[in-house]
Amino acid sequence: MNEVVLYSVLSIGGLGTLAAIILYIVAQRFKVIEDPRIDEVEEILPAANCGGCGLAGCRNFAERVVKAGTLEGFNCPPGGQDTMSEVAKVLGLEVEEQEPMVAVVRCSGSVQLAPPKTKFEGLNTCAFAHSLYSGQSGCPYGCLGEGDCVVSCAFDAMYMDENTRLPVVIEENCVACEACVKACPRDIIEMRKKGKKSRRIFVSCINREKGGVARKNCKVACIGCGRCVKECKFEAITLENNLAYIDFNKCTLCRKCPPVCPTGAIHELNFPARKPKQKKEDKSAEA
Amino acid sequence: MKTFKIGGVHPPEYKISEKQPIEVLSLPETVSIPLAQHLGVPAVPVVKKGDKVKTGQLIAKGEAFISANIHSSATGTVSKIDDVIDDSGYRKKAVIIKVENEQWEDGIDTSDNLIKECNLTQEDIVNKVNQMGIVGMGGATFPSHVKLQVPKGKKAEYLLINGVECEPYLTSDHRLMLEKSHELMVGITIQMKALGVDKAIIGVENNKPDALEKLSKLAKEFKGITVEPLKVKYPQGAEKQLIKALVNREVPSGKLPIEVGCVVHNVGTSFAVYEAVQKNKPLIERVVTVTGSNVKKPSNFLTRIGTPVISLIEASGGLLPNTGKVISGGPMMGKALNDLNVPVTKGTSGILVISDYEAQRVSLQNCIRCAKCVTICPMALEPYLLALISDKQRYEEAEENQIMDCMECGSCHYICPSGRPLLDQIRVGKANVGKMIRERN
Amino acid sequence: MSLLTVSGSPHLHADNSVRKIMYGVLISLIPATLVSFYFFGLGAIIVTLTAVVSCVVFEFLMQKYLVKGPVTIFDGSAIITGVLLAFNVPSNLPLWIMVVGSFVAIGMGKMTFGGLGKNPFNPALVGRGFMMISFPVQMTTWPKPIPMNTQLTDVVTGPTALGVVKDGVGRGEKVSELLPQVPEYTDLFIGNMGGSIGEVSAIALILGGLYMLLRKIITWHIPVSYIATVFVFTGIMWLINPEVYIDPVFHIITGGLMLGAIYMATDMVTSPMTPAGMLIFGVGCGVLTVVIRLFGAYPEGVSFAILIMNAFVPLIDRGFKPKRFGEEVKNG
Repeated sequence: MNEVVLYSVLSIGGLGTLAAIILYIVAQRFKVIEDPRIDEVEEILPAANCGGCGLAGCRNFAERVVKAGTLEGFNCPPGGQDTMSEVAKVLGLEVEEQEPMVAVVRCSGSVQLAPPKTKFEGLNTCAFAHSLYSGQSGCPYGCLGEGDCVVSCAFDAMYMDENTRLPVVIEENCVACEACVKACPRDIIEMRKKGKKSRRIFVSCINREKGGVARKNCKVACIGCGRCVKECKFEAITLENNLAYIDFNKCTLCRKCPPVCPTGAIHELNFPARKPKQKKEDKSAEA
Repeated sequence: MKTFKIGGVHPPEYKISEKQPIEVLSLPETVSIPLAQHLGVPAVPVVKKGDKVKTGQLIAKGEAFISANIHSSATGTVSKIDDVIDDSGYRKKAVIIKVENEQWEDGIDTSDNLIKECNLTQEDIVNKVNQMGIVGMGGATFPSHVKLQVPKGKKAEYLLINGVECEPYLTSDHRLMLEKSHELMVGITIQMKALGVDKAIIGVENNKPDALEKLSKLAKEFKGITVEPLKVKYPQGAEKQLIKALVNREVPSGKLPIEVGCVVHNVGTSFAVYEAVQKNKPLIERVVTVTGSNVKKPSNFLTRIGTPVISLIEASGGLLPNTGKVISGGPMMGKALNDLNVPVTKGTSGILVISDYEAQRVSLQNCIRCAKCVTICPMALEPYLLALISDKQRYEEAEENQIMDCMECGSCHYICPSGRPLLDQIRVGKANVGKMIRERN
Repeated sequence: MSLLTVSGSPHLHADNSVRKIMYGVLISLIPATLVSFYFFGLGAIIVTLTAVVSCVVFEFLMQKYLVKGPVTIFDGSAIITGVLLAFNVPSNLPLWIMVVGSFVAIGMGKMTFGGLGKNPFNPALVGRGFMMISFPVQMTTWPKPIPMNTQLTDVVTGPTALGVVKDGVGRGEKVSELLPQVPEYTDLFIGNMGGSIGEVSAIALILGGLYMLLRKIITWHIPVSYIATVFVFTGIMWLINPEVYIDPVFHIITGGLMLGAIYMATDMVTSPMTPAGMLIFGVGCGVLTVVIRLFGAYPEGVSFAILIMNAFVPLIDRGFKPKRFGEEVKNG
């Protein structure tokens, strides 16, 4: 009996040792020499492999950035400013300041405000619904409510509001990786400047149809009336194809435009409540 | 009995309107004629708001090579050129005409006289077909004049005429073959002349014995035309499958039928060619089957292009309260409409109205790998795999597995015991793979 | 009027469902079940019932309390697993072993992978493999068939026909000397021999297989290629030395080959999707079965052969694509 144990231990142990030696030799022989900074950079990166930088994962980003030796054209949206400056430190470079961005859903056509005219059945993805028809509300620009953006988000920064059937961005979690922007077949989601204290003003509609047609499908559509354009003193608002757009680089967050919008399509976020003097309270401001 | 070899399904036929003769549908108050009724570049309008137009007058010109002219289907005033919802589910540009008393454009022969003789040259025939805006009437709406020109270096041997009508419910081609058989034959002769071929085969499934008999008898009077009965199998009406069934040739992946010396036209197209060449009549009306379990009186209507779908439904008994789905086309490949004012276009072969019970899809379960979809796929693809990798967005892999060969016949989704939305997923995959290929080139 | 539904084509669906397929398989199993009840009596009935009930109950409990997903016990797949599992065991198996086997079949074979459609291995065979290795004595004590037996105890037990031959050849006896010890070929064909509950009657299993072929539940590829491979392979060995290797007819009508080829290997979930792949799968199963039967430690190799080939299914699916339409142009 003892012999059996002895032989087993010896043979298995011997095999193990032999394998270890072979592995060691092979590892030494075929060692790939690479820049140690690649590993260092990869350590710093968030390791989410979100693809927000436009490259295939964090490792790829690290390889490219080390090879290029410059930070120009490279940005890690989820890591943000801190990560980029640390990467710069490893590479011995300076990093430019970049404004933090956040995803904004530019559609308010909830089930209540843009009531469904048809039922949708089949594959529950926006990509498919978009290829099939204009959507339940009839608005060919509006949110389809199947949640491709929510699925695409790797940071739990989006959820579907069951009441309105619209996606909601959780600002604290959003890292501006642009995954949702790419996932949305209708380009409803835009990356906008996060703004001071997260304060933002934007047109929550991208419908380019004529006002009457747009309004028929949705109560909160931009009808292209141009009142906001006249109201804006900073030329931040442009009107093109029946649609107003606020340039976030020019907008000074003066809060003049939201009250004049007849359909309430201009939203303001994270501002203190308006004084009661103002007649038109923006209904969806708190949304 | 001939048929194609790989795959195929046999859905219940439901040809409930096959005994109804073609009725002429009266004109509605307004017609809206979409500018994109064909595959390719939309036509460019040549009329403006307020213009008076006559029936058969050119209202939009197809300027690109793959495009088609569009003619007014009614007499009246152009009230506006605006966006209307068409069967794509989106708003598209259309000419909207307020209908007045009918007055035909000069030179159009509106009588029923049969004109057999045609002395035009090949080129003249193609030009005429081009001018009159003839497109494939089977549903794909590919401009016919393009198909009647044989590309340089290629030779056409056979003209195959598609009288298969493999979609369940639809009977418009069937009725046309029965009631306009003579005109059809002349139309085929003209197409043969344009292509320079001496053999034409009409393929008809043997669930239409009356049409088969009538055409076979008539074919003896016309040189080179034969009628071939085919076993009932879906999707026999698909171009590649029809060629395989009739002349046993396989069109290579990604190539056109001319590669194997064949040109395929629908019977509706042949009839339209006859009217265009012999009678100067542009394509402004077509036979539309109105059918389905929720139609009181299933019928076949000769309908002007631009008539809203709702008037067809009303003419056949009106909309029942439990209507769940209105489909433009057949149940296998048709498009569900999201609006009932969608106009009839050159490609509308039928309007199918079904109850909300039938409109529901079967409940969804896991794929049990039964391989039914692989067995029935007429292109010998693996639908389960294509659907899976499309869903996972592995588009390169999808391309390797020839997702672009899928013709969206819907057999896989039809047969799936688990009710998987295979075709829905493949469509998304196809769109993305197509985008990927375009970006690469 | 209710809202119009918009969905992608097709708008028509064939009159079939998972449930219909599963109940079709169950109907096709009826002849084999009746034959086994006739030969093995009350014991077979009790074991089969135990297997079916415990499979369904385990599936229900796991779906309800572990997976917390929809309960799909009525689609019939758990019943099939139960019946097939019972078919693979002797009729005098202690019931607690049957229950443990059912637990392994449903739990480890199916639910761990995500339920019906996701399991790489045939659940019934996983259960059988587990029982075979854990309880070899009970699993290989086969009662002799006694028609219409209602007794539960005191049955005469003995090895299967395959076991007799394997043991005999192993001891160096000649096949011609061993043949008188096994039942007549007609008895083997009908099922009058010792063996697992459902595997004995080739004729009943073939009947069920034909029914499934007619209903288009299975295709001919796997059973035919499997049985043909076994026939050819054992035939070659028999021609080489008929005193060591028994004839091919004996091989295809004894043991679990018919059950395996018609019901186990054709299990949709764990077999390849393409016709070419199915043929390869059948050939692979056949070769492995014969190798185990003739050269392996067990007299019977069907279940392990199928389990091994199950593992190759993803590879086969990848490697053997159908010949696409228009791939190779033959004109004329």
